[in-house]
Amino acid sequence: MARPRALRLSLSLLGVVLFFAVWEALPRLGLVKSMLLPAPSGIPATFWQEVSSGAWGEAVLQSLRHYVSGLVLGSALGVALGVATGMSRTLEDMTNWIVRLLRPIPGLAWVPFAIIWFGVSPTAANFIIIVGVFWINYFSALSAVQAVDRDLIELANAFGHRSPLARLFKVILPASVQPIMAGLRTGLGQAWMAVVAAELFGVAGLGQRMMQASSLLATDIVVVYMITMALLYGVVDAGFVALRDRLLAWKA
Amino acid sequence: MISIKDLTLSFDSDRGRTIVLKEFHLDIADGEFIAVVGASGVGKSTLLRVIAGLVKPTSGTVTRDNPETPGRRPYALVFQDARLLPWRRVVKNVEFGLEGLGLDKQTRRRRALDALELVGLADKADRWPHQLSGGQRQRVAIARALAVDPDLLMMDEPFGALDAITRQGLQDELVDLWQRTGKTILFVTHDIDEAVYLADRVILLAGSPAGVRSTDRVATPRPRQRDDATARHTANAIRDRLSGTVVDGEGI
Repeated sequence: MARPRALRLSLSLLGVVLFFAVWEALPRLGLVKSMLLPAPSGIPATFWQEVSSGAWGEAVLQSLRHYVSGLVLGSALGVALGVATGMSRTLEDMTNWIVRLLRPIPGLAWVPFAIIWFGVSPTAANFIIIVGVFWINYFSALSAVQAVDRDLIELANAFGHRSPLARLFKVILPASVQPIMAGLRTGLGQAWMAVVAAELFGVAGLGQRMMQASSLLATDIVVVYMITMALLYGVVDAGFVALRDRLLAWKA
Repeated sequence: MISIKDLTLSFDSDRGRTIVLKEFHLDIADGEFIAVVGASGVGKSTLLRVIAGLVKPTSGTVTRDNPETPGRRPYALVFQDARLLPWRRVVKNVEFGLEGLGLDKQTRRRRALDALELVGLADKADRWPHQLSGGQRQRVAIARALAVDPDLLMMDEPFGALDAITRQGLQDELVDLWQRTGKTILFVTHDIDEAVYLADRVILLAGSPAGVRSTDRVATPRPRQRDDATARHTANAIRDRLSGTVVDGEGI
């Protein structure tokens, strides 16, 4: 049976309150050392301290820079190659085995090469992010293009849009917007993980700042950056969903 | 006039050569309404696709008296399913065939709206396809075909997927449209009564490989009655030829 809305809302709220209460209680009651688990009540002050010192803003900007450039490049490459492979039988046959070989390698397994090739640098971070989002977008674009209704291609032919470019822009791309967008959205999350991972290895940004704090056992600062990551991801994802819904207005 | 001469289509597969269409011959006068009937799978749709240039014939030619004119397309197709692009509003769907003809935006829009006016859907120009009924969608598909001002309007069982009442309404609308625009129409259907009700000439396509089995001129003056005795007689004659046996005209 469906629960009333009000009840569900208050249960959700209760869950949040309990979560913070337990979190607050553990260090307060001395069950856990506050160095291991900082109480949430102290976090806003630490947050403000990080922001006012300028460290927070700098780290956020650095991470965003890695994130955006890696995401844009990786997604663009993935979608472009995926679409091209989806449209060309030759390309599909040629890449078939290479893809099968490279695909199962996790993005983070490229960290050693990233460091050997680019050192501990923003380029290395970019590289890891690009690899991370490339495959997601490649496969979503490839299968989206291959799933385009053949009847629509025939329609394009019947009304004079016969060149590959005309076919691409009149039918194939608009018909595959939805699955490609789904791939891009998965990539948003994947890239964020890759950013943090790359920075944990020492590239300047949120992840690096987190590692520094943790080596000083400043766990409250670590929590500040964890929250920051969650918030940034939330904002990016919400923005993307808004954009997607505008592009897919015809679905409504 | 449009002359279809000795059109033959065959394709090779592992199991040898299959001849789909053999030496199909037809001269279509300007402004004529021709129906092609035949059992399903006999190659009626294929015939339209060959004429439209979607399928290359093995041999034979399709020639037009009319010279190539800028801003028009010689052939236009209406499919059994409306085949509208769901991401385009109605008017943009009608503009689909006008794109790539070197027309400016205003001209395209005006011609699309004129075509929508012809099918009585000018007020639906800004709707999305999914907001229309099945019959309305098919009228949009007809408008899309009319908008390119074709020398030959080809229709592939365009009303086959509609309910009986909508179908009859659209049949009458089509005759009306044809009389107002003077278009030349090649109409494929498996419904012999529909063919006889609509067309000046009814071509029976039969055999394997398919060829013209018979041609009947429907002399019934317009506007026609659905229960016209002469028409019923013609329909029965075609039915008999199609089934290869002479039976009483039951189940008209």
